[in-house]
Amino acid sequence: MAKLVLRRLVQMLLIMVVASLLLFAIFDTPEFKKRLAIQELGGFAVSALSEESYNQWLAEKGLDVPFYQRYANWIGNILTGNLGYSYEKATPVAPLLLDRLANTGILAFFVFALMIPISLLLGVLAGMKEGSFQDRAISFFSVFTTSIPEIATAILLTVIFALGLQWFPVKSAMIGGFQFDQLILPVLTLVLYDFGYVARMTRASMAEVMTSQYIRTAILKGLPYKRVIMKHALRNALIAPFTIIVLQLNWLLSGVVVVEVFFEYDGFGKLLLEAALFPDVEVVQACTLVAVAVAVLSQLISDIGYTFLNPRIRFA
Amino acid sequence: METTRKMSDQTPVLECRNLSISYYTRAGEIPAVVDFNLKLMPGESHGIVGESGCGKSTVALAIMQYMGKNGAIVGGELLFEGRDMRTMSAEELRKLRGSKIAMVYQEPMASLNPAMRIGEQLSEVPIYHEGVSQNEAWQRSADMLAKVRLPDPERIMKSFPHQISGGQQQRVVIAMALLSNPKLLLLDEPTTALDVTVEAGIVELIRDIADEFGTSMIYISHNLGLILETCDRLTVMYSGEAVEVGDIHDVFDEMRHPYTRGLFGSIPLPGADKNEHPLVAIPGQLPLPHERPKGCNFGPRCTFFRQGTCDTGRLPMHSVPGDDDHRVRCERFQEIDWARDLPKGEAKPPVESGDVVLSVDDMTKHYVIEESGFLIFGGEEKTVKANEKLNFSAREAETVAIVGESGCGKSTFAKVLMGLEDATAGHVKLGNVELGDLPVDKRDEKTISRLQMVFQNPFDTLNPSHTVGGQIARVIRKFGVAKAKEEVDEIVYRLLDIVKLPRDFAKRRPRQLSGGQKQRVGIARAFAGNPDVVIADEPVSALDVSVQAAVTDLLMDIQRENRTTLLFISHDLSVVRYLADRIVVMYLGQIMEQGSTEEIFSPPYHPYTEALLAAVPIADTSIEKRHIVLKGELPSPSNPPKGCPFSTRCQYMMPGKCDVEAPPIRAFGKQGHEILCHLDPSEMQEMEPVIKKKVEAA
Amino acid sequence: MAVSESVAAPTLIERLSAPKPAIVLLLLMWAPLTFYVMFGANQFVLLPAIPATILLYGVAFYNFRESTTAIIGLTLVFFWLLMAVSAPYLPLLDPNKPIAPFALPFSEKRDIFFWLGTDFKGRDMLSRMIWGCQRVIVWGVTATFVAYVVGTLFGLIAGYLSGWWDEIISFLANVLLSFPVMVLFIVILNYLGPSGFNIVVAVTFASAPAIMRIVRGLTLDIKTRDYVYAAQTRGEHPFYIMIIELLPNVRGPIIVDACLRLGYTTVAITTLTFLGLGLQPPDPDWGLMIREAAKTAMLWKFSYMLLVPALSVSTLILGFNLMADGLREMSLRD
Repeated sequence: MAKLVLRRLVQMLLIMVVASLLLFAIFDTPEFKKRLAIQELGGFAVSALSEESYNQWLAEKGLDVPFYQRYANWIGNILTGNLGYSYEKATPVAPLLLDRLANTGILAFFVFALMIPISLLLGVLAGMKEGSFQDRAISFFSVFTTSIPEIATAILLTVIFALGLQWFPVKSAMIGGFQFDQLILPVLTLVLYDFGYVARMTRASMAEVMTSQYIRTAILKGLPYKRVIMKHALRNALIAPFTIIVLQLNWLLSGVVVVEVFFEYDGFGKLLLEAALFPDVEVVQACTLVAVAVAVLSQLISDIGYTFLNPRIRFA
Repeated sequence: METTRKMSDQTPVLECRNLSISYYTRAGEIPAVVDFNLKLMPGESHGIVGESGCGKSTVALAIMQYMGKNGAIVGGELLFEGRDMRTMSAEELRKLRGSKIAMVYQEPMASLNPAMRIGEQLSEVPIYHEGVSQNEAWQRSADMLAKVRLPDPERIMKSFPHQISGGQQQRVVIAMALLSNPKLLLLDEPTTALDVTVEAGIVELIRDIADEFGTSMIYISHNLGLILETCDRLTVMYSGEAVEVGDIHDVFDEMRHPYTRGLFGSIPLPGADKNEHPLVAIPGQLPLPHERPKGCNFGPRCTFFRQGTCDTGRLPMHSVPGDDDHRVRCERFQEIDWARDLPKGEAKPPVESGDVVLSVDDMTKHYVIEESGFLIFGGEEKTVKANEKLNFSAREAETVAIVGESGCGKSTFAKVLMGLEDATAGHVKLGNVELGDLPVDKRDEKTISRLQMVFQNPFDTLNPSHTVGGQIARVIRKFGVAKAKEEVDEIVYRLLDIVKLPRDFAKRRPRQLSGGQKQRVGIARAFAGNPDVVIADEPVSALDVSVQAAVTDLLMDIQRENRTTLLFISHDLSVVRYLADRIVVMYLGQIMEQGSTEEIFSPPYHPYTEALLAAVPIADTSIEKRHIVLKGELPSPSNPPKGCPFSTRCQYMMPGKCDVEAPPIRAFGKQGHEILCHLDPSEMQEMEPVIKKKVEAA
Repeated sequence: MAVSESVAAPTLIERLSAPKPAIVLLLLMWAPLTFYVMFGANQFVLLPAIPATILLYGVAFYNFRESTTAIIGLTLVFFWLLMAVSAPYLPLLDPNKPIAPFALPFSEKRDIFFWLGTDFKGRDMLSRMIWGCQRVIVWGVTATFVAYVVGTLFGLIAGYLSGWWDEIISFLANVLLSFPVMVLFIVILNYLGPSGFNIVVAVTFASAPAIMRIVRGLTLDIKTRDYVYAAQTRGEHPFYIMIIELLPNVRGPIIVDACLRLGYTTVAITTLTFLGLGLQPPDPDWGLMIREAAKTAMLWKFSYMLLVPALSVSTLILGFNLMADGLREMSLRD
């Protein structure tokens, strides 16, 4: 067990190193260096610069030293908490990113708090009786909601609840401080799009367990149906959904981009997109690195959780 | 005596009256079992035997009233202790299941909940059926585990199912079934998934249960020998119908249904011999449930079929004159001269074997297993000794059988021969080509084509995406037998003729073939390149008995024709006895004994061979067998015992010797009979034969 | 029943691969559309594609007739396919020209000519909606196809050759999979610049690792089958085994997954376009329509400008997902 965790941890570190290397390498081209100069000095100044003085500027910035050395510096900075500088917003990246991550964290918390119970309950109900009316209804509903992309869900919810009924505000910019009603539409959008997937996975897992021979054994042992479901089926059927739910963290980091942009919610996704369009390279790098770290971490938790929940591996 | 009491005085434990069961599929209603009758008295054990698809498992599940979504009992009555189970409420059924009627399943691993400890799964039964306390339930479960002879019940109670072996799992399932002292025990192929020596232990346990608890039993199996060892009465099923019912000795000695007799004719009993008394297969195939013929289901395959008698509507069961309990579903059984019309195969002259073709010399194969290392992180290394110093040779036109249970290394040996693995040490010579360290991609086409293989699983042996003809043609082209299209097609057709399949099968896909037909194609493919040596890895073990005989005989015929050397890998000693010239017995990667077939089956024995022979069930009432049940389970090949690998289970084990020193090879006779054992040769000479003809009590 | 004699209906895979005419029809439909959209070919190339699409729908309908789910999905997808190939021949107004003075920008007026009104520049919504499906379908399918070729190839190699090949390929896949998809898209398109071809590259990077994992898993399972041993023992080259013995047998699960992934890719393209990183104006596209409307028309009165593209893209994706569901259902029956 401890060995497995250790191995996963090393694997995760390796992935982080390679991912950061890739990230650093693709933004390490002459064009991007030039763009950096333009951002700092202004376009006119750079075009007036002779090759010599441009090189001098590069040297000043430390941009002319070998690649590996700059990569080492960059990683060193990041590890000491210096995530770079945002030219667009004229502020260090670290506090900015932290603030935005906190906002996204709030969003994510409510999404998970709603999605987990709904999807597990519906999935179990559907998988318990494969082919029954409740199964077909739940399955169809979940295919339907997952088929509507987040952007369309956001539009539908906005049109109905914000523009039509005017229950909630159209935008969630939180200009006047944190307001709960501004959070509802973004959270609903994310939940509607994602619960179907988890519910379907839960259903598949539950349906498989229900057709297994050990469930037949439990029924033919004369156990009450409730005991068969609660004790024999759920224990096995919920192992797979657990890992899937943890992995949804990775998916959520994708999903928040479009939702935050649409609702103008100041979170991680909106920051990343704005930086990418500007382009604010150091912000993009920092955001991506954080996203990868979160994703890899969730993978680790999911793996460890799986081995812990599954006695076949835990007591191998 | 108990049994002399008149049967009618007692209520039967279970009675099926004209039971009919159907499945509902897209294609409509499919009758799985039709008109099934059974009367089971207290303390009686009744066997149901038949090939796959005959409906025997359906009967068991119907008795449990567990038919799934698409199955239903469509007619008849099902009386348990006189009450019709079909009219019971769900709650009444629940109270019956697990307490009055219990079941043991085919696959013990799949039947136990992988996420619950065994103790918890066992103690549920008394808690829910008798409302006893947690502690008492636990205690009773532990006691029951001891009764099914599991060592260290407390440890097993705390284990998860995957932590114990297959044989132990099946004992746990049996204990679970016995916990509330049921009236009726259903056993659905309880030993099919287990090794023979483990099976013997389970069978002994089941027999003892019948004696000790007085439980009535229904024992479902495809193996006639097992039924003979465990049951009083027998129902033979064919294609959804019971075709013959009766006392076990009546059915075995005076069978009155052509199918039953066909079944006996196609299993290799002692005395069957590939040259003098070849097996007789039942021609044709089992009909699909929705394509059953009118009248007798067995009609199209029956040699006694007569138009007008056998194909007119449903057939009833008839009582055999003079024995009310012996009933058959045959219209002509009284017209047949059962003594004269015995199925008899044509005797063939024995084949003289030629020069040595394949010689294996001190061949050793060790695997090194790294505990799933990742990139730079190697785990601990473990050595699995899959093959340890194998020595034997095979001659032209000879059949050498390699016998052993799972984990004995027989499949690894095949892989080394075929070049999928390198030998760690020693030599394997095909003619004068050294194969041991020559992987298949380094062998030239000639060498590869000289050595071909027939595989075990008919469902896997052919690629489902390509036509049958295409797959045979590929071999012909690959080995350069022919190149031109017409020529290749001609050879494909000829091969299909040889394996007795219609030529238009060349255009079919494997999915459209039955298991036996697929295996025939597999044989055709193996012989397409005119090989010198063919390795057959359990080629018939996945097939039904009646098909087994046909495929075995086909294999022998082609081999005889081409003077091919056949290495026949098997766990089934009866088949091996029938077809092999020489036998090599393996256990945990080592050869325990080798010699001619005759030498292996008579003393001196290796203690393992002796136990193996005793464990094989034989479907012949005139045979007497010594009882030897091995203790314990097969050790893991990655952690074999010190000294002699068999020392942990051997009944002759000499402490301080067998578990410390590697045993020496003892040679007997002149034909190369060798035994690897510490026992004194004279001691082995004095062993009693395991299988004997019963002395007729005159 | 173990040894089944069943010669019943052909399996899904046989049905999908058997009819050669279907493949010809598919090419007849697909090639003109691709040339028209990607390389700006003359609209006459689309002429044969229109009957081909209708015929192909008929063939597909016949083969999937037993699954209602698949039929509904099929119908939705083919509706948009038909719209895509026939857009130039439909009696529609120019999607890119404002139609003032007949209708004003933001016109809600819906009469016989302007069923869906006009957008903020006064362009006909109906025409833009129909033309808008072309690019997302062509780029979406192309991107998914390329991702499959790459993913399947690596999956076969990793699964069959194992060892170091597997270690390296799986590790790289893990690296790519640890980027949240949208983040990966943003980084790649930010680096390469927004365009259809770059979307193909980005989708390949984002999807191929997941496809590779699926194929690798299937390969690991199938390579233990006896027919693969049979091929190995007659000395076949590893590539022969991968292409001839393994590939045809991993097709089934892959086709189902491909339908799902077509849906994901469509979502991704629309979303990226909405974010300004995907397809570029002025040609109509659903993502662009949403982007433009979201900037200008956040009022109840104009909500049709948001709803039209949103519902269009939803029906297409629903079509793909229902098709995948139906196919899975049918393949489970085989």
